[in-house]
Parts: sequence; structure tokens; C-alpha cells
Amino acid sequence: MSKSLKQPNRLKEGGRIDRSRKLSFTFNGQRYQGHAGDTLASALLANGVDIVNRSFKYSRPRGIVAAGAEEPNALIQLGSTEAAQVPNVRATQQALFDGLVARSTNGWPNVQHDLMGWVGKVGGRFMPPGFYYKTFMAPASMWMTYEKYIRKSAGLGRSPMERDPDSYDHLNQHCDLLVIGAGPAGLAAALTAARSGARVILADEQEEMGGSLLDSRELVDNQPAAQWAERVLKELAGLDNVTLLARTTANGYHDHHFVTLHERRTEHLGETAPLVNGHRPSRSRMHRVRAGQVLLATGAHERPLVYGNNDLPGNLLAGAVSTYIRRYGVVPGHKLVLSTSNDYAYRAALDWLDAGREVVAIVDARPAPNGEWVEQARARGIRIIEGAAVLEAKGASRVNGARVATIDAGAFKVTGQAETLDCDTIASSGGYSPVIHLASHTGARPTWNEEILGFVPSLVKGVHAAGSARGIHDLAAGMADGVAMAAQALEALNRPVQAIELPQVEARREGAACALYQIPHEKPTLRAPKQFVDLQNDVTAAGIELATREGFESIEHVKRYTAMGFGTDQGKLGNINGMAIAARCLNRSIPEVGTTVFRPNYTPVTFGAIVGRHCRELFDPERYTALHQWHVENGAEFEDVGQWKRPWYFPQTVNGKKESMHEAVARECLAVREKVGILDASTLGKIDIQGPDAREFLNRVYTNKWLKLEVGRVRYGLMCKDDGMLMDDGTTSCLGENHFLMTTTTGGAAGVLEWLELWHQTEWPELDVTFTSVTDHWATMTVTGPEARKLLAEITDIDLDRSAFKFMDWREGNVAGVPARVFRISFTGELAYEINVQANYAMHVWKTLFEHGDKYGLTPYGTETMHVLRAEKGFIIAGQDSDGSVTPEDLGMQWAVGYDKPYSWIGKRALSRSDTRRTDRKQLVGLKPKDPTVVLEEGAQIVFDPDHAIPMPMVGHVTSSYYSPTLGSGFALAVVKGGHQRMGETVYLPMADGKTHAAEIVGTIFYDPKGERQNV
Amino acid sequence: MFHIYCPYCEELREEEEFHPKGEAHIVRPKDPEACTDEEWGDYLFFRDNPRGIHHELWVHAVGCRKFFNVTRNTVTYEILETYKIGERPTVTAEHLAGGDKQGNVQVASGGQQTVGASGAAVASVKGERA
Repeated sequence: MSKSLKQPNRLKEGGRIDRSRKLSFTFNGQRYQGHAGDTLASALLANGVDIVNRSFKYSRPRGIVAAGAEEPNALIQLGSTEAAQVPNVRATQQALFDGLVARSTNGWPNVQHDLMGWVGKVGGRFMPPGFYYKTFMAPASMWMTYEKYIRKSAGLGRSPMERDPDSYDHLNQHCDLLVIGAGPAGLAAALTAARSGARVILADEQEEMGGSLLDSRELVDNQPAAQWAERVLKELAGLDNVTLLARTTANGYHDHHFVTLHERRTEHLGETAPLVNGHRPSRSRMHRVRAGQVLLATGAHERPLVYGNNDLPGNLLAGAVSTYIRRYGVVPGHKLVLSTSNDYAYRAALDWLDAGREVVAIVDARPAPNGEWVEQARARGIRIIEGAAVLEAKGASRVNGARVATIDAGAFKVTGQAETLDCDTIASSGGYSPVIHLASHTGARPTWNEEILGFVPSLVKGVHAAGSARGIHDLAAGMADGVAMAAQALEALNRPVQAIELPQVEARREGAACALYQIPHEKPTLRAPKQFVDLQNDVTAAGIELATREGFESIEHVKRYTAMGFGTDQGKLGNINGMAIAARCLNRSIPEVGTTVFRPNYTPVTFGAIVGRHCRELFDPERYTALHQWHVENGAEFEDVGQWKRPWYFPQTVNGKKESMHEAVARECLAVREKVGILDASTLGKIDIQGPDAREFLNRVYTNKWLKLEVGRVRYGLMCKDDGMLMDDGTTSCLGENHFLMTTTTGGAAGVLEWLELWHQTEWPELDVTFTSVTDHWATMTVTGPEARKLLAEITDIDLDRSAFKFMDWREGNVAGVPARVFRISFTGELAYEINVQANYAMHVWKTLFEHGDKYGLTPYGTETMHVLRAEKGFIIAGQDSDGSVTPEDLGMQWAVGYDKPYSWIGKRALSRSDTRRTDRKQLVGLKPKDPTVVLEEGAQIVFDPDHAIPMPMVGHVTSSYYSPTLGSGFALAVVKGGHQRMGETVYLPMADGKTHAAEIVGTIFYDPKGERQNV
Repeated sequence: MFHIYCPYCEELREEEEFHPKGEAHIVRPKDPEACTDEEWGDYLFFRDNPRGIHHELWVHAVGCRKFFNVTRNTVTYEILETYKIGERPTVTAEHLAGGDKQGNVQVASGGQQTVGASGAAVASVKGERA
């Protein structure tokens, strides 16, 4: 075994790792070895790796601080291949697997020798909060240049550039009680609810359930606490009404007890899910849980103390030291100094001593600590320095000393002469902050509890908290609280409670903790060595002091100014210390400065886990018409219209060369104008309307008149909202006295149906009428062009004579031997028949048309040609030529407005408001570019005077613009202020490239203004 | 994500099945032509934005397609009742103000329990049309 594979900090025995299974892994290109049961963090510490990252802003060397989700520094980039890259994984939460490859997230060009290190050394005074904004913003044009380097030097990981080989699932779950956290309180609660017969889900984010029981010094039933956890978990696993979800983080509490749980199923096995019987299981599951009641047993995070250079590798949380020793058999150093405000942290020193290493001193801020563990430490010969704290850590890339002095915390003063202790590790503890993130997601603001020196959650109805999550840190009391809170939840569910017998936990005498956040230094905060509050975002005590001096008094403002609690960290370690510092500077109490709120997600979630299967072709449903296969086989290019795939144009191969869109559209347009074309119009929305009051209903929702429409006739209608603005348009046919078929725009179909239902259900329930969507039931084929009649006549028994079947008539009969409704309506301006058949007959009819159509030059055309043809005729597209601020009058369609209808139809009253009566409203006109080769850009802004100083008054914009092969020029539709009164005037369109186009305002109809061609 | 009791389906369903349609009980003036521009503007554009009890119109868009009303606390997001079109709310801001001050809602004191209109509540207002 080579030297690099030794684990110098690994204890000979102890911990919950499997020493028989050795795993090798690579960190920053170096190979190391760990054991099954390790996290990446414990394995790195076992191998004596001090520096795991560079800090975000100052690029200072950083080591591992914590052992769980609250770790701020050890953010790593995971993955040996491009496709497997995962950014910002906390090494403390990543189980070790054989072959794991990880890099530091930050540290350009590398973590050991850092180019940006000078910033951290000299940058104290030079990089205050807001530094980037203040320094790099001017000149604005240079920001893009700065930003590239700032990102590179301060970045937080990168996304993979290749397709993810893994799949991800979403699961909908229901339960009576969701218990989050499987520590002492959570286990006691889950067992109570499970034995009472409730359906229980117990979720825990760690590799192994048990929480603090897994590394506790305390005995439960006179055995190591972990054994009780194992017993309870075994019982729960055997119960049908219990679902245990390990490696599952409750990341967000959403409304009404909807909680998203993110279960990592294979991330402990490999960087991609390993094959099982040739099949790759999903990498993770997002459980969408709708719970009857929710119990938060999320525990507490230890607060570090804020002292000089507290970010040097070798500074750890006291609890993390115990976790690494007891759970992983790893001592992260040789000589320990513990700085504490409370008794519980003493276990770190006792565990350190048990591991056979030296405890240099315990520095306790309290004047006369006297709890049970304090006495134990004293009895074992540990030096306890009372009324004192670590002022600053010494060292360059790892702690090599601790300056210690007596302090007066209340007066924020160093009172004694500082002494430097020789050590390589400083553990600190400033108390425990309940993990209130999920409670905070509910919108309930936490409240400060002076007794436990922390925020405790406020709880909405149906949410309960137990144990450390609400400040009950004592083991026995926390378990009892779990039982009590489970009982409370069960009562809310009206379920009987089966109380459980709690195990024996030895009582431990504990002295009171003192309030301690930032440690005073001999120098004022601004001149003292950096005292970090938020390690991930490089926020210092000096930064917060500066923020308060610059007038940021609310903690929410301080946070935004300094970036405290931002990003993936969400203030887990730093927020309360930061608030305490702001409170000190402002001479207020912590609750007066504000409270702390957290947002989902609790820890970062990969996009894969969020989207589940809803990606790629399953991202959004795709809708196909009954004729789709024919379009595919005939080389159609497709366009997305809503969820529909519509043929855009049908390029043909001419002389071995595929047509461009321009060429294909020109050919298709001329075919329709000169011979006959065919369009698949099946996507148009179709609503079947029936009932004795159907006609009256139409009269109220359309702007025009419907009372006299005869059976067999069709009418075009405009639909407005009650503000008078056009909402949708289409034709409606009278199928029977009480029976109509309405068509809508393709994209508007669902909205129009909901609109009709809204008015019927809420405003006019007395009208007897029903609405049914029949869009998918009928296929629609538009046969249009001068030869359309001749072609259709070959395959239908309907009398197509122009006197028997007029423009705007519809007839029922057989087409190609199947029942059909044929509508003589035209969206091209040519003779046109819209053939509607049952969708499953469509392909037969379509193919029959082509069998007979060859001799007439039958040409399939797509939506682009449809647009050119309709625009040449001035036919609008609702939503393209109108935008929710356009009335029928603005469109010049007064002919479709029934001003004298007796009922005040939807939109009528609004047309006489002062604003809709303005003469300078934007009105729809045609535009003829002065240069016929120019095709104006859709959306281009229109001005009257191109020589006006910038900003020019903009008077409208182009809504539709195409090249017309029939006219041999470009043409456009546009809205222009007062346009109807400006016929013949010239307007200008200044473009981004500096050119200005000129165009003449003309009428909207460019082709066959009298409409003779459609009426033959 | 809300859990909404559809008073027609008589089931609690996920919010994804519903569309919100704004404030409930907005009555279209019987004679729009008799309205001043200001009155018509009020009807069209002006809506209450209360902190606390709010009556809303929702539609069970991918369910039964029925419109119905929801009484919701805009602070806690608690849905206090749902009721059919034509029925009146049993929970109102005035009603609560007379009781235990819940009209002046405190952020943390509310709940998020979704409560469908109880059978009794529905029965008591059944037949009453707005």
C-alpha cells in the first residue's frame, strides 16, 4: 500500500463504518481510501485532508466544519465523466462509494495554491460588502468582462454539458402522519403513531436513521443509545402501516400539508444508478406527500462561535468532532482546544480524550461551569479556562494555535491578558439552533426563546414540532416530547392513542448556558482578524457592523447587503450569529432586529429530481392530428401551435435540391391561387353547443347578430371580453334550430370553452344550453383554390352548384363514401370547402382527395402559406394582429358589431368608454414597403418622423409581415395610432441595424378586395 | 400546493386540477348602458385585495368543469369553506370580526387545514341563491 492510501486520522476501532470494506476515491486528482459507511467528509478527514475548498469571495483556504446538512465549506463537484457532473454536493452528505471522483467546487486555478489568495490576505479593508457592485459596475460596459473572471474565481460549481443517463421518479404519497427526522424525538413519535395504527411515513436525510442517537455518549436502557434506535427501527420496518424513507430530505413544506421529500436511492452506490438485472433503477424519487398531520423532529444545528480566523481549516463545530469520532472512527486532529458557552459541547473534549489524543484546554465563557460533564472533564485532568474564549485562531493553512483570554461577553470586552495555546484543532459551540426551516416554509414566523437562546418554530394548524426542533435538547425530555406531540397529532386525526413505554435515560445534571455569539477582540471588529459569520458567503462580523453603520437596520436588509444566508447555505450556521451581531451594533435585542425565515429548498435538489419524467419528449404533451403520419411521410416541416404539431410547409426536392421555406411557400401559395391546395385544419377548436337557449347565448357572447342565422348557414363572429377587447374569433354554423358548431383559434380552444362555461354557470344559469368540446372528434380538411369544386365533385354526393351551396353555407353528405359536413368558408380568399369527417376516417378521405387531385395540381400546404394567404386578404389572427388591447373597431370590423342588439352583449358597454372612443387608438392597417423587396420585421416599431431625436415617439408596430408571391412584394399588417385616418401616409420603421424602412399606409386587403374569388 | 374540496365532486383534489378565476361574487350590472364610465370601470377592473378572508371564484378545470366559490385566508392560505355558485359564504370577515378577532389575522395563529364546506354548512345554505 502506498503512503497516500494510509488514513492517519482513523482510529484503530470504533465508529459505525465497515472496516472490512475498503473503498478508494479521488479528490482533486489525488487517490485516497476510506471505508463503507464513511461520508466523503469523514474519509477526507481520516486521510488528513485539511483544505477542501477556497472561499467564495476572499478565496481563503477552507476545511470541513460540520458533519451534516449545515456544512458550509465542503461543497464539491461530483462526477468522473461529463454526464455525471453534480455541483455543490456537501461532502458531509455524500456517502462514499468505490471509485467516487470529487473536486473542490471553488479554487481557481487550484485549491492548494490559489491565484486569488492575495485577495483574502490583503483584501480585508478592500473588499467590504457591496464591493463587487461598488467597484466593478463602472463603466457599465466593462461589467461583462469583469464578470467572467469573478465567476471563474468565485463560482459555485457547474452543470453537466452532456445528457444525464439517469432517470428520476415522482411518487404521490398519502399518510396520516408524516414524521420528519428519525432522531430520538422522531423515532419516539413514529413508534407511538405506528402502534396506534396510523399510516406513518418517517423520513430522514442521513445515510442511517437514528440522528443524534448514533453518536451520543448517553446510555439508553443502560446500552449505547444507537441500540435503542436499531430496536425501534426494526419494529417500524416490520409494520405494514409504516413507510421508512432513509436518505430522504424533506426539502419543502408547501401549502396544506403538502411536503416534498427527495429520496436519494442510488447516490450512495455510484455516480450513476448501477444496473440491476440489466435495468437501471431511478436515481432518486420525489415523494409528493399529502399528509393528514406533519410532525417536525428535525433536531438542531450547533452554532459556531465567531472569532478571528475562525474559518481556518481545523476550526470545527464541537458536535461535529464528536460525530466524526464516535460514528466514523475519525479524529480530525491531535491537539484540541474547545471554546464553549454550554455543557453539552464538553462531550467533544471527552470523546477526543477517549480517542487517545490531547485536549489542550477547554475555554468556557461561563465564570464557574459546574455541570456533570464539566466535573468529568475536570476529574480527567483537562485544563478548564473559565470566563474565557478563543479570540483568534493562528495558522496559515491549518490551525497551529489559539489565542485565549478572559472576556466580558456582556460588555463585549477582552478583560485579561491573551495566552496562545499550541493546538491544531479548535472546536466551538455557541449553543443550538432548532432546525425550523420547514416550519418557516409555512409562512409562520419563528419566535425567539430567551431560555434556549434560539428561535423556536411557530406552527400552523396540523403541524407539530418535537424535541430539539422546538428547543427541547435533553435526550429523555426530547423522547417524551416525541410521544406527546405524536399523541397531539393523532388526536387531531381523531385516532386513538396507544402510548409507548419510554426507555430509561440516565439523568444528567447540566449547568445553564450563556449567550455568546461574537467573541470580543482586543482590536475593534473592523481591524481585528476576520471573524466569519457566514462561511459560505464570506460574510464577516465587520461586514455586518459596516452594514448597520451604513443604515441597514432591518436584518432583512442586512442580509441582502451582505449576502448572509444566501445561496445553498440558507443561513444554517450563520443567521443567528449575524442577527446577534447586528443587534449588538444597533443596541437592540435579537428579536427586535427581526426574525429569520427560510425558503425551500432546505438543501439543493438536482433538476433531474425536480423534473422527474417530465423532460425531453415528455416535458409537454404533443398533440397530433389524425393526418399526422401522412405529413411526416410527405416531408413536412412542423410548427408548434399550442401543444399541436402542425405542418409548417412541405418542402419538395427540385433537381436534387430541397426547397427552402421561401421557395416552398411561394410554390404552395401559387398552387392555391391558381389551382387547388389542401390544408389540415383539424387543430381548430370545435365546440358543440346545444339547447333551446343556444342562439340567445351566442347572441350575448359574440359581438354580431345570431338570432336570424338559418339552419345550413355559417357566420363569422368576434368574441370580446367585457372590456371590449377582442379575445377570439371563428365561425359558428347552425346545425339545427337548437344546435350550433363553434370553431375557435387553435390555441384558444380550451380558454374559449372555459369562458363560455364561466358566463353560463355564473351569470346566466337560467339559459338552457350545454357545451361540449369536439375538437378531437372531427378532422378538418380545407380544399381551396379555383379547382376546388371540380375536385370535390368527383368524390361527394353533395350538390356543389353555386346556387345550391353558396358561400357561407354548410351541407351534410358523403365525401369519399363517409359521412361528412362540408363548410363553404374561406380563409384564403379562394373558393374553399372545409370538409369535416369523423377523425378516424380522415386519412381515407385525405388520400382519396389526392387520388383524384393529381390532375388538378392538388398541393398540400402548411401554416406558413395559410398565413400569407390570409394576410393578403386582411384576415386577422386573434392573438397575432390583436393583443388584448384591440377592439373590433380598432380592427376596422364594425361590420361584425351588432350595436343595436337588445341584450348588452359582452364587450358592448366598454366600446363607449372614453378610452375606447379615442381617435388616436392604434388601429389595424396595411403597410406597403416603399422598397418591394423588403419584408418588414414582425414586431418592428413604427414612427411618423424618422428624424426625431431619440427617444422617438413610437406610434405602432408590425403585427404580420410576409413576402407575397402573388403580389411579388413584401406586405404587412400593422397597428398605427389613428391609422384608419392616415391612408396613403408614409411611416418609418427604424431597425436595430441602423437602416430605416419607409412604408405606405394602405387598406388591409391586398388581394381581391371585392371578395369575388371566394364567391364563385 | 392547495388541497381543494370541490363542492360538486364532493372530494378533496389537488390544486393542479383547478384554475383560480379571481374575486367571487362580482355581479355584472343588470343594465350596463345605464352605468357611468366610472361604474363600469369599477365592475371591470377594481377588485378587493384583503389581508385575511377572501372569497374567490375557482373552476374545477380538469375535473367536473364546474365553477364554485372558495373562502380563503390570504395570510395563512387556509381554505375555510368551498360552496357552489348561487350560495352565500358562511365564513366572512364580518362574521369572524364579531367572534374571536380572527378577522385581524396574525401570521402564526392561523392554520392551513383545508376544510371542505361541511355537510351541515352546505345544507344550511342550500337553495339560497345569490
